Amino acid sequence: MSEDSMNRAPLFLLYLNVLIIASCGLVYELLAGTLASYLLGDSVTQFSLVIGIYLSALGAGAWISRFVDERLARCFIEVELAVALVGGLSAPVLFLAFSSVGAFRAVLYGIVFAIGTLVGLELPLLMRLLKDHLDFEDLVSRVLAFDYLGALFASLLFPMFCVPRLGLVRTSLLCGLLNAAVGLWGTYLLRPLLSSRGLSGLRGRACLVIGVLIVALIKADSLTTLAEEHVLGDPIVYAESTPYQRIVLTRNAKGFQLYLNGHLQFNSVDEHRYHEALVHPALSAVKLPKHVLVLGGGDGLAVREILRYPSVESVTLVDLDPGMTSLADRFPPLAELSRSSLKDRRVTIINEDAFLWAGRNVGHVSNVPANSSSKASVAGHVENVPHEKFDAAIIDFPDPGTFSVGKLYSSRFYRMLRAHLTPDAVISVQCTSPLVAPRSYWCIVKTLESVGFQVRPYHAAVPTFGEWGFVLASGVPLPERLSLSSELIGPSRFLTDNILNSLFDLPPDLARVEAEVNQLNNQVLVHYYDQEWGAMK
Amino acid sequence: MTLTRRELILTLLGAPALLSAGCSDTPRLPPAGELLGQSWEIGHRLRDGFRSQPSADQWQNVGVAIIGGGVAGLSAAWRLKQNGYEDFVVLELESQPGGTSRSGRCDLTPYPWGAHYLPVPLAHNRDLIRLLDQMGVVESLADDGSPVIAEQFLCRDPDERVFVEGEWIEGLYPAKGATEDDLAQLAAFRKEIDRWAAWRDADGRRAFSIPIRHSTDDAEVLKLDQVSIAEWLRQHGWTSPRLHWLVDYSCRDDYGLTAEQTSAWAGLLYFAARLKEPGADHQPLMTWPEGNGRIVAHLADQAGTRVKTGMAVTQIRPYVAEHQTTNPGEPGGVSPRTIREHNVRELTPPGSPRDLAEGDRLEVLAFDTASEQPIGFRTKSVIFTAPQFLAPRLIDGFTERTGRSAEQFEYGSWLVANLHLSRRPRESSFPLSWDNVIHDSRSLGYVVATHQSGNDHGPTVLTWYHPLCDDDAKAARQQLLKATWSDLADLVLTDLERPHPEIRSLVTRLDVFRWGHAMIRPRPGFISSRQRREAVLPDGRIHFANTDLSGIALFEEAFDHGLRAADEVLVSLAPNP
Repeated sequence: MSEDSMNRAPLFLLYLNVLIIASCGLVYELLAGTLASYLLGDSVTQFSLVIGIYLSALGAGAWISRFVDERLARCFIEVELAVALVGGLSAPVLFLAFSSVGAFRAVLYGIVFAIGTLVGLELPLLMRLLKDHLDFEDLVSRVLAFDYLGALFASLLFPMFCVPRLGLVRTSLLCGLLNAAVGLWGTYLLRPLLSSRGLSGLRGRACLVIGVLIVALIKADSLTTLAEEHVLGDPIVYAESTPYQRIVLTRNAKGFQLYLNGHLQFNSVDEHRYHEALVHPALSAVKLPKHVLVLGGGDGLAVREILRYPSVESVTLVDLDPGMTSLADRFPPLAELSRSSLKDRRVTIINEDAFLWAGRNVGHVSNVPANSSSKASVAGHVENVPHEKFDAAIIDFPDPGTFSVGKLYSSRFYRMLRAHLTPDAVISVQCTSPLVAPRSYWCIVKTLESVGFQVRPYHAAVPTFGEWGFVLASGVPLPERLSLSSELIGPSRFLTDNILNSLFDLPPDLARVEAEVNQLNNQVLVHYYDQEWGAMK
Repeated sequence: MTLTRRELILTLLGAPALLSAGCSDTPRLPPAGELLGQSWEIGHRLRDGFRSQPSADQWQNVGVAIIGGGVAGLSAAWRLKQNGYEDFVVLELESQPGGTSRSGRCDLTPYPWGAHYLPVPLAHNRDLIRLLDQMGVVESLADDGSPVIAEQFLCRDPDERVFVEGEWIEGLYPAKGATEDDLAQLAAFRKEIDRWAAWRDADGRRAFSIPIRHSTDDAEVLKLDQVSIAEWLRQHGWTSPRLHWLVDYSCRDDYGLTAEQTSAWAGLLYFAARLKEPGADHQPLMTWPEGNGRIVAHLADQAGTRVKTGMAVTQIRPYVAEHQTTNPGEPGGVSPRTIREHNVRELTPPGSPRDLAEGDRLEVLAFDTASEQPIGFRTKSVIFTAPQFLAPRLIDGFTERTGRSAEQFEYGSWLVANLHLSRRPRESSFPLSWDNVIHDSRSLGYVVATHQSGNDHGPTVLTWYHPLCDDDAKAARQQLLKATWSDLADLVLTDLERPHPEIRSLVTRLDVFRWGHAMIRPRPGFISSRQRREAVLPDGRIHFANTDLSGIALFEEAFDHGLRAADEVLVSLAPNP
C-alpha cells in the first residue's frame, strides 16, 4: 500500500468518521441504559449492567479484530453497516419486545453485547487502515482524541437534544443512519483499498440499510409522534394506541407518568395523595364496605387503596379499555406501584363502557314511572336487578373533555348508577380542578344533587395536578365527621383523621358558582370544561 | 333508459361527488347487502286490475277495518282501543307495520329505515303527550302543560354537525367562512321566524301550528302557500347562499323537496311551528336507536294481534242487501258464491253516498300474501290510511260518488341506506354526532343508530338518507326502480367517501331501501287547494287518515289524522241517543 494509494486530502474526514462512530456508539449505550431503567426501573442496576456489558463487548470486539487480516477496508464497511442496522433498530426493537416478548432482558443484553462487539471492532480496524499513513504516536493520539471527543459530544447531545427533541426511537434510528452513511461514504473514501469485485454489492447493501432505517423512521411516527414527545416533555417509555384511546407512559428521574389521549392521569410521585383522597373519604363513610364498585381507574391504583380494607369482599372494576387494565402486565413499574391490585382474587374486571354497563342488568331504571302514583320517587324505579348491589362506588373517569366521557357525568348516568347501589351506599367522584374549572366542578355537584344525592364537596392538593376536586355523595345524609378505619392495612402517606376532615373545608376561592345540571341532551359540562380549561392553554 | 354509474352519481349527488368519485368501473363494494323496498309487485298488480275473491270460509266480521298499518292506521287503532272499542283489524301490506317509520335490527342495535325523530310537542298537542306518557317518555308536566321529557329520550348532545370545506363543524348552519352579511341575513331571518311564532289570529290561533289543522285560516298567512320558500326569501331581499342552503336542507329533510319546490307556508311551518315562543330554541328532539320505529312498536303492541301483516287490500265495496242469502250459517248471512258469481260493478252501480251511509256494511277484500289466500272482512266502517292516490283504485265507485280526484297529490321517493361499520371512521374535527350532514351533497347525510344508547366505541350502524327531489316524481321513481344494489351501494359510498375517505374499508354490510311513494309533496298551492281540504271528508262509512291529507309528511299529522278518523268512526258507531 503506497501513500499515493490514499489521498491525503480527506484524512481529516476520516477523523470526522471517528467522531461519528464514537458518538453513535455512546448514544446506543445511553439509549439501552435509559430504556432499561425506564422500563425495568432501578436505574443504578440497569445502567451498571448495560455499561458493564457494553464495555466488555468493546473488548471482545477489539480482540476479534485481530482475526481480520485481509480485506480490512471491506470488513470495516461491513461492520459499519452492521452497527447501523443493529444499533439503529435497537430502540424500536426494544420497545416492541417490551410489549410482546417475555424475555425482554435477554433481548436487551443481547443487543447491547452485539452493538458493543461491533463498535469494538471499528476502531482497531480503522487504526490499522490508517497506520500506513501516520506515525504510530500521531495515529494513537489523534484517533483516541477524536474518540473521546465524540463521547463528550454524544453525552451532551443525548440528554439535551436527542431525548427531549427526538425521543428514544428516533434518536436510535438517526444514529443508525449516520453509521450507514459512514459506511456508504467509506466505499468511496477507501475506494483504492477496495477490490472492484463486489463493490457495487457493498454499496447496494449500504443503500438497503439506509432504506430500511428511513422506512423505520417514517414508521416510528406510528409508535410515537414527534409532536407527542414535545408536548409531554419527559421521554416516552411506553406508547400504545388501543381502539379506545392512546396510552402513553413517560418517565423522568423522579417517577413515571400516565397520559390518556395526552391528558395526565397520574404521576407516580404524588398519585398517593390523589388516590387516598379519592377512596378513603367514601369508604370511611360506609360502616363496613363489602362490595365496592370502581368506574374507570383501570390503572389499579384506586383498587390498591380499596384492598386495604379487610372487610372488602369484592371489587368490581368497570373500565372501557382492556389495554388499560392490563397495562401493569406490560409495564412492571405500574404493577409495583399498584401492588398488582388488579390481580387480587377479590377483583373482577369488566371491560365495557360504564354507561352501557350501568344501563344493562338494571331492568327498567326510570325517573318516569308508568303510573303517576310513584312519581315522587326520586331514586328511580328499579325492577329485576339480577346482581349484587354495591356498598360504595369510586368514580375515577377521565376529565369530561369529550362528549363520550361527558355522558358519564350526566344525571341519566347517576340515575342508572343508583340502581346498582344499596340505599345507604356512598360514592366519591373525581371532578377536575375546582380552582381552574369552577363551573365544571359545581356542575358535577349540582348534577349529583339533581338525582337526589346528598353531597359533600371536598378537595385535595396534588402537586402534579394542582388543587383537585372531589365530591362525596349518598342517598342518605353523610356523617359530619369521618375517621379512617383502624383496620386499614398499611400506612397512609397522605391522610390522617384530621387531614381527612380538613379536606371538606373549602377555601373562599373554591366557593360554589352557578351551573346547570349536566344532561345527556345538553352536555353542558363538556362545554364548561372546554371553556375553562381551554382558557388555561 | 339506464344510467351509467357516473350519470347516477351526477343525478343523485351532484357535481362535487362526481369530482371525487373514482373512475373505476368496478368500485369496491361492501361484502354483503340487500336491496329492499315496499311490495311493489302486489301494488302494481293491483294497479293493473288484480282482484281476489275469498272462499266461503275466508270471511270474517269485524267492526272496523283499518287499511294500512303505518302511523296513521296504528294511531287510529290506538284511539279506538283507548276508547274501549276493540273490534277492529289493521290490515298492513308489508311484513311489518310502521310504514315510513319502520325499522330494522341487527345484533348490535336496532336502526331506522325512515322517520327517526319527533320534536317534543307543545302543550296544546295533548293527545300526543298522552301517547308519549303511556310510552314512559314523559317525566312530568310543566305548569303550562308542556311535557318534561326524560333526558334519555332527548337527542344526546352533540346532536348535529355539518361537513363544510373539508371539516366538520358543530350545528347545521355552515358558519365556516360566513361573511358579516351572511350572519346579518341569518339574524334577520330568525327575527322574521320569531315574528311568525308570536303571530296570533283573532281566535288566538297560531299562524303555523302542528298538527296543521290548529293553524289559522287567515288569508294573509294562507297566501304564503302560493309562492316557494326560496322565492319568499328573495322577496325579503335575502340572498345569502348559506341561508338558502339552510332552508333548502330543512325542506329536503322534512319534505323531500328543494326550497324552490316547497311552499313558503310549509317552509315557515318547519321553522315557526316548533318554537314555544319567540326567541325560544326549536323544540328539542326525541329519538331512539330505531328512530320512530320505537313509537310504531308501542302502537303496534297496543293493537296486539289485531294487526294483520302481509295483507294486500284489493278492494273495498259496499255490501248491499241483494247479497244476503237465507243461509244463516254463513258469516254475516252471506253466500260468497253469490258474490263470486256476480260482477260486483253490475251489482253496485255508481251510487250515492247514501248507499253506504244507511247502516249498510262494507266488504274489504284482501289477499293474504303469506298463505296466498284471498280473505274478506265485513265491517261497519273502514278507516282508509293508504295514500289518496290508491282510493280510486281500491274503493269501488269512489270517483263517481265523491267526484274527487287525487291528481294534485304528488309523492316523492326516498332512498335510505343502512351501513354496518366494523368501527367508527377516524377523524379529527368536531366529533361524530347524531345527525351528520354533508354541506355540498344532495343527500341528507346520516344519523348514527348507536348514538342515543351512549355506545361511543367500536362497530355502529349509519342510516343515510336521500330524497329524490326531481320535479318529475314519476320519472325519478322509475329510475330508482331500475337501479341495482351495486349502483346504489356505490352511490352511498361515493357520497360518504368525501368526509370519510376510509369508509369503503369499514362497511361490512350495506342495505338499501327504495321508498316509492314516501312523502306527500307540499308544493306551492297544494296545502291551500280544495282538493286537499276535501280529501279529508268521509266517503259514507269510509274515513280517511294519512299525512297526505295535511300535505306534509310529519308524524304529528299522521297521528292527528288517525285520531280524527277514529273519532269520526266512534261517533258514527255510537248508538243514537
